[in-house]
Amino acid sequence: MTDATHGPDAVTGVTPDTGLRIAEERHNGEMVAADGTPLKRSLNRALRREKLRALALIAPLFLFIVVTFIAPIADMLFRSVENQIVSETLPRSVIALEAWDGEDTPEEPVFAALAQDLAIAVELKNHTRLGSRLNYETTAASSLFRRTGRAADDIGEEAADQFVELDPAWEEPATWIGLMASEDWIADQAEWAAEAEAAGRDAPPEPRFALRDGVAEALPRTADMYGAFARVIRAEDADSPTEEDPWPIVYRALHDDLVANPDAAASFEGANAQLLGVAAGAVPSFEVTGFRDTFLDIDEDWADPTIWGTIKAFSSPYTAGYFLSAVDLQLTADGVAKQPEDRQIYGLLFGRTLFMSLTIMGCCVLLGYPVAFLLANLPMRSANVLMILVLLPFWTSLLVRTSAWKVLLQQQGVINDLLVWSGIVTNAGRLALINNQTGTIIAMTHILLPFMILPLYSVMKTIPPSYVRAAKSLGATNFTAFRRVYFPQSVPGIGAGCILVFILSIGYYITPELVGGTTGTFISNRIAYHISQSLNWGLAAALGSILLAVVLMLYWLYDRIVGIDNVSLG
Amino acid sequence: MLDETGAFVEFDHVQKSYDGETLVVKDLNLAIGKGEFLTMLGPSGSGKTTCLMMLAGFETATHGEIRLQGRGINGIPPHKRGIGMVFQNYALFPHMTVAENLAFPLEVRKVGKAEREAKIQRALGMVQMEAFGGRRPAQLSGGQQQRIALARALVFEPELVLMDEPLGALDKQLRETLQFEITNLAHELGITVVYVTHDQTEALTMSDRVAVFDDGRIQQLATPDDLYERPENSFVAQFIGENNTLRGKVAAIDGGTCVVALDGGGEIDAVPVNVAKVGDPTLVSIRPERVEIDPQLGPDAHTLDAEVLEFIYMGDVFRTRLRVAGRDDFIVKTRNRAGQTRLVPGEKVRLGWLPADCRALNV
Repeated sequence: MTDATHGPDAVTGVTPDTGLRIAEERHNGEMVAADGTPLKRSLNRALRREKLRALALIAPLFLFIVVTFIAPIADMLFRSVENQIVSETLPRSVIALEAWDGEDTPEEPVFAALAQDLAIAVELKNHTRLGSRLNYETTAASSLFRRTGRAADDIGEEAADQFVELDPAWEEPATWIGLMASEDWIADQAEWAAEAEAAGRDAPPEPRFALRDGVAEALPRTADMYGAFARVIRAEDADSPTEEDPWPIVYRALHDDLVANPDAAASFEGANAQLLGVAAGAVPSFEVTGFRDTFLDIDEDWADPTIWGTIKAFSSPYTAGYFLSAVDLQLTADGVAKQPEDRQIYGLLFGRTLFMSLTIMGCCVLLGYPVAFLLANLPMRSANVLMILVLLPFWTSLLVRTSAWKVLLQQQGVINDLLVWSGIVTNAGRLALINNQTGTIIAMTHILLPFMILPLYSVMKTIPPSYVRAAKSLGATNFTAFRRVYFPQSVPGIGAGCILVFILSIGYYITPELVGGTTGTFISNRIAYHISQSLNWGLAAALGSILLAVVLMLYWLYDRIVGIDNVSLG
Repeated sequence: MLDETGAFVEFDHVQKSYDGETLVVKDLNLAIGKGEFLTMLGPSGSGKTTCLMMLAGFETATHGEIRLQGRGINGIPPHKRGIGMVFQNYALFPHMTVAENLAFPLEVRKVGKAEREAKIQRALGMVQMEAFGGRRPAQLSGGQQQRIALARALVFEPELVLMDEPLGALDKQLRETLQFEITNLAHELGITVVYVTHDQTEALTMSDRVAVFDDGRIQQLATPDDLYERPENSFVAQFIGENNTLRGKVAAIDGGTCVVALDGGGEIDAVPVNVAKVGDPTLVSIRPERVEIDPQLGPDAHTLDAEVLEFIYMGDVFRTRLRVAGRDDFIVKTRNRAGQTRLVPGEKVRLGWLPADCRALNV
């Protein structure tokens, strides 16, 4: 009797190649080839060519998948945590808000920072985007930013007027260039201007603006705002700071700097020092409104700590906010809190999606198993005809099939008409079969049925009829033979079909959209809504990520319980 | 309990057709005695497996009756027939361990746990596989799987066991060991075995009787030695063992012997089996090991001229191919014993044999 554990390769005793074997045996603990190189390395070398060839064969598809599938999905999923817009649009406000207690309306410095940020954002036309972003978290944020944006141009106008009244030189761009720009930049700029004149349209871009040494220390706010002004003018408007007088907010910044540091003129020389000296003497008598009052004047919503809390909560470049929204929570200045009752919809939707997917999967098993069994056991010719019937839906457009269900299932549709005609239901009691969960389950079971039948069929096809015959010859009735012998062997097919149908249905979109009404829609319909209508891509990405995670988790669970090795497609 | 004919299993005018146009089994009559080891032998498509499946209950007879212990079983479903069966591909349930496989027939018969255990151990003991109860079929070699399949077919103590080419997938050496074991087991247990195979050596070595099937009919039902030495028609003669055939016409016939004039020239003596009169065309059949070279026969015995074409050394025997009566495929086997002459190609010899070894059969 042979023993299965004893392989035929085990060599015992002396054989003609004993000498060779001994020579090849372990050399310093590892097998070596005939020429003395380690066997592993020798083998690797032999296989390398084949590996490279295999790699080259899959490379085009792999690259295609990476570029068109993996990268976009990764990018999309990344959006679920991405939140740079707040810190990039309102950098000064975010820093100023760090000191805010979160209880009352913030103090003047926060509003000052907001005024500067907004002045730049309005020029860059970023403030409406920021408004939409914050609107996902706090309603009315969008309109607040839009309204404020319209008025933000004028902040600092009064300071500007008073500077110009004091000395018309303040209106001249050259005055500001002389005050703020480094001498190197002035020289470069002049050279560039001459070249640009000659080159005409094809001129290279203007040199990047550089501040004069020491100006950032003497006049920090002014330097900051003027620098921003110069950058925006150059990049966005394709103009030069040498030709434009600064924004009003720059004048206001200079005012604030001179109030804070009356000796700033000491850092300058010549005409600049004199100009600044005069201005420093005059600013204490300027009449300016506080930033806080200005903003409250523009829109009194700025007094509401909610908007500030939202800005603070979403100030970091990455946020869990979208994910929290996706599970009916929200991020506030005080931490994580529940969404208000009327906005808690995602838990329900996820639950419904899972429940309906499982129901559809169950229906597919119940309907598909007998068909697959019949297919696997019919003679070739009849099986082929039946197979065509099974595959027929694949050759028909999904939309056509779904629309057909609309015709069949509606209140005045074929099925209800038949039921009324046969007297099963009264005319008044027509069944609601569409635009609800029933409709979605019926239509999707039909659409996904082939995905259950095909794996089941291919597994059943491999179960030899002799197993059931053996069971019967051993005394089992038809039912016992099926239950104890046939069914356990068809389980891998059920597993494969279930995974396929479940994963397909959990992300299904078109059919629930068309026949689901309001109660029969899936989470995917909500994701689609956020992608195409509310444009809250971050939330859509978070919902999608959660869906993906749920599917992977279920897959893992399935692997633990059933074992993925038991899944077979034939 | 036997019926009046004394048969344990009886096929009575059984016919089978799958498509309603051709008969796969044509008018089968066969009686199998209790405790007999009967082999159905035949080429594929000869109807032997269909007969087995009808006996097991997986196919229904189109016409005629099959009786088990005198009782018609045509209407009885397979699971109530109580017939053990061993399949060619073993058909061990892959999702059950060996012990669970063996427990299956006992569980469906509601045998108690203790008794079940005892029976399983006994059955595993019969095939010397006691240590393998916990293994799964996939962890066993082919030979081991077939032993388990055998044990499973025997564990519920059926009186009749059907085997459908059970050794077909095994290598030669293992097959021979198992042939021997199966025969011994069958005789020890006193069970009736119906064994289907297309391997004639297997049929000859194992069986009490062999039914040679061809074209849906039993061509000959006989003990192995009768079958080999006294084939009743040319199909059986050619199907069983190696055989030389020569075509001719009956030249003279006299009771137990006849003279056949060969188409290729020459005359030989033969036993007339299914030739009736002078002038009947016939195929004479002679076993290669019964041919004698330069024979010392009686003075009136016929001999044939032959030319050696090829000499093959096969160890225990020599196999010589000769040209006889215009045919190039005449084989003679001689034992490799001391002093045995080794023929050289091109050599001319005379061949002869005892008339009793040469049978004049139908064409």
